[in-house]
Amino acid sequence: MNKNSFVLGLKAGLSIAIGYFPVALTFGLLAKTSGLSIWEATAMSIFVYAGASQYMSLTLISKGVDPILIVLNTFVLNIRHFLMTAALNEKMQSEKRWIKGIYAFGITDESFSVLATRKEEKIGTSFAFGVALIAYSSWVVFTAVGHVIGANLPQFLQAAMSIALYAMFVGLLVPSMRGNRKVVMLALIAAVINGFFYWTGILSTGWSILVATLASSIFVEIIYVRHENRKRISEKLKGV
Amino acid sequence: MGAWYWWTLIGMAIVTYIPRAVPLTFLEGKELPPVVSGVLRNIPYAVLGALIFPAILYVQEGNLLFGLIGTIVAFTLAILFSNLMVIVLGTIGVLAIYSLLF
Repeated sequence: MNKNSFVLGLKAGLSIAIGYFPVALTFGLLAKTSGLSIWEATAMSIFVYAGASQYMSLTLISKGVDPILIVLNTFVLNIRHFLMTAALNEKMQSEKRWIKGIYAFGITDESFSVLATRKEEKIGTSFAFGVALIAYSSWVVFTAVGHVIGANLPQFLQAAMSIALYAMFVGLLVPSMRGNRKVVMLALIAAVINGFFYWTGILSTGWSILVATLASSIFVEIIYVRHENRKRISEKLKGV
Repeated sequence: MGAWYWWTLIGMAIVTYIPRAVPLTFLEGKELPPVVSGVLRNIPYAVLGALIFPAILYVQEGNLLFGLIGTIVAFTLAILFSNLMVIVLGTIGVLAIYSLLF
């Protein structure tokens, strides 16, 4: 384990930890009002560790929905992570499978975004552990805290902090956009498609993000491969 | 909650872990065709686009203006500063002041 890169990972994950703080706190609070004990609530954050799924499960539990349906819904909501971890794998340093199996547990939309937008060619295992650990700790600890104190942050702070994770996504995206038209196109097209699914209500959030991401990534790749082929052909012709 | 709660939790944990772990472990050491790895390299930026929009507008239910201000502040700070913490804390700060005032 590279200690230095682990600490750098902790630092890089700090903004996730800040963003998780109000979300986890509210989850703990809602879990309490839904009738979950502190152990039941915290155990969910420890073993499931997926914000959207956990919130959804509270709604379904309080409606008395069949547990099998809750599990199915959770799976659907998380299918997009297949795509994210496949993409992340291209960037991760080669490592023993069981070790990758451990930090894989810490991959969320947020830790994926922080890791996958790193400038370096390959990301070290220790760095990934750092990012995952600080985010996970925040999620688990503040779930418990939310349940214990059973109250939320002052309204103005709660409202303001609800932007944190999105501000982080913006902060990860914008620097990569600079001077890179491909990145701009990828993000814009995915955003437009996702907006379309959201407002028409054709797809649920989990599917919508998955389809929008995949469609944009494939479309832009086709354009760029064609563009490069054409450039190569015209260069060849000039050479003649 | 009864025992069913713990079974539900175990089920949720398994179906959440599978999509996280299967690609990272199964694809280890495998060389993918250039087209596939080209598409995979695009994923992070497309994901960010889809994660941000339109959800950022709806961070406060029924208050579109709040989300809009947050969006503008976050993008402005991201253009001006590259430090992630400055962008996150700055956006929170501006919105905190805004919701205290209005």
